[in-house]
Amino acid sequence: MDSGLLNVENLNTRYGSIRAIRRVGLTVKAGEIVCLIGPNGAGKTTLLGTVAGLLNPVQGQVVFNNVDITGWSPDRVLRAGLSLVPEHRRIFGNFTVRENLLVGGVTLSQDQRENLLEEMLDLFPVLKDKLSVSAGFLSGGEAQQLAIGRALMSNPKMLLMDEPSLGLAPVLVDVVFELISKLRDSGRTLLVVEQNAQRILNVADRAYVMRSGQVVAEGSASELSGSEDLFKTYLGGSGVAA
Amino acid sequence: MELIQQIVDGLGRGSIYALLALGIAVIFGVMHMVNFAHGELITVSAYTSYWLLTSGFDWWYVALAIIVVAAISSVVIEFVAFRWVRGAPDFTMLMTSFGVHFLVQALFVMYVSANFRQFPRPDWIFNTWKIGAINLEIYDLAVIATTLITLLGTYCLLQHTMFGISLRAAAEDFDAAHLMGIRSNRVIRGAFFLSGLLAGVAAVFWLMRSGQAGPVAGLNPMLKGVLAALIGGLGSLSGAVLGGFALGLVEVLLIARLPTEVVGLTDGIVFVLIALLFVFRPQGLITVHHVERV
Repeated sequence: MDSGLLNVENLNTRYGSIRAIRRVGLTVKAGEIVCLIGPNGAGKTTLLGTVAGLLNPVQGQVVFNNVDITGWSPDRVLRAGLSLVPEHRRIFGNFTVRENLLVGGVTLSQDQRENLLEEMLDLFPVLKDKLSVSAGFLSGGEAQQLAIGRALMSNPKMLLMDEPSLGLAPVLVDVVFELISKLRDSGRTLLVVEQNAQRILNVADRAYVMRSGQVVAEGSASELSGSEDLFKTYLGGSGVAA
Repeated sequence: MELIQQIVDGLGRGSIYALLALGIAVIFGVMHMVNFAHGELITVSAYTSYWLLTSGFDWWYVALAIIVVAAISSVVIEFVAFRWVRGAPDFTMLMTSFGVHFLVQALFVMYVSANFRQFPRPDWIFNTWKIGAINLEIYDLAVIATTLITLLGTYCLLQHTMFGISLRAAAEDFDAAHLMGIRSNRVIRGAFFLSGLLAGVAAVFWLMRSGQAGPVAGLNPMLKGVLAALIGGLGSLSGAVLGGFALGLVEVLLIARLPTEVVGLTDGIVFVLIALLFVFRPQGLITVHHVERV
């Protein structure tokens, strides 16, 4: 097996009678940003959900940090060091921003939690003035930053992000991609599912392309972003990455 | 003057409903299930009171025992019954709660008695406190004060401890809470324990007044608790408390104000009022918001 921080091998997951992902394999090395791109229904979210413990695979293996975490519950996966920023953010709208961040650090001691809270506020200064604001009243961009901050509050070894730009106004999409660049520069390991292939390929190191539940192409982000064939064949577009 | 007396009376009655409703709302929050077995905690508490009081224990010890027994019983019911249907369709969980309700009743009928058994009530509950022309029952004041302290304690627990934050997170979005590392077993067990504690405090005062234990002792309190939780808006903890107080007040005011010949219709009128409330506010008094902005 490849010596990545995360190794997924021959993974198969079903939704009822539908096999949502088939024989999927991927590797993410420490310090890398890897993206998963592909059209709607390709199985990208299912793959992240399976890795994060939200779904049980019917076959295959998920190895994280040399530990087989296949079929572990989400809280156990998080304790192993893998944190997911879910699709649509799923922040706790009735909680204040501070409480949302504290929930993210529920597995830590109080001292660690307070220290990380300070770190998060340095990383996301926009949240600093809104600590006592109800999270349900944040703008989409602020909410996305909160969702990422909350996931980082567990001090994970690796972050999984599911469609971080989904549903955001174009100006806020820029904020999210700047944030991903910031995380890359701070040396974090990320696996990002993203519809906006051109934008994510600009900040990622490597990419996997999924279609109909399978990985159909992989390579370095620069290589894939220059491939017009890839966009035409798998991503329904004709342009290459800007 | 009479109105003030009735309001205090209503708040006293409503306090017990509020505690029961809050327990039901806590469970609903984490399991999305209306727990019709909640009344069995009162039934178990009633028999505990009967056995201890007839063995010569003082009410103060009995009150403590009731709270402990209710909290432990609640956790046991979760472990024995609800754990196995976690994540099952809502209907399955609802049927399970009915199953527990009828099973506990049947066990008491089979192994104890189908008849009600009386136990002594504390003398002080019949005392009154006269302020001018107002006669306040010490019992009502004790219930209200204890309830306020319990609610304050519960509020602090839910707002200022990691357990409370975890519980509220699980109530708002269980999967997201799970993703944050919150252990489902621990948070659900904690919810049942808290719900049992609240039911225990309610049981102490309910039983002080009723002074009897029987297999269906928990039916009426369960119904009141469920109604109060529905009135307040299922899923809202503050709504449950508000619903409890509202139900208690309306009941007492109706009993006091209705002509004697129709006072027996109080429960029926309360149900009509609740039905009317749901026509205009199907979500109950408090709406739970989950605002999503782009």
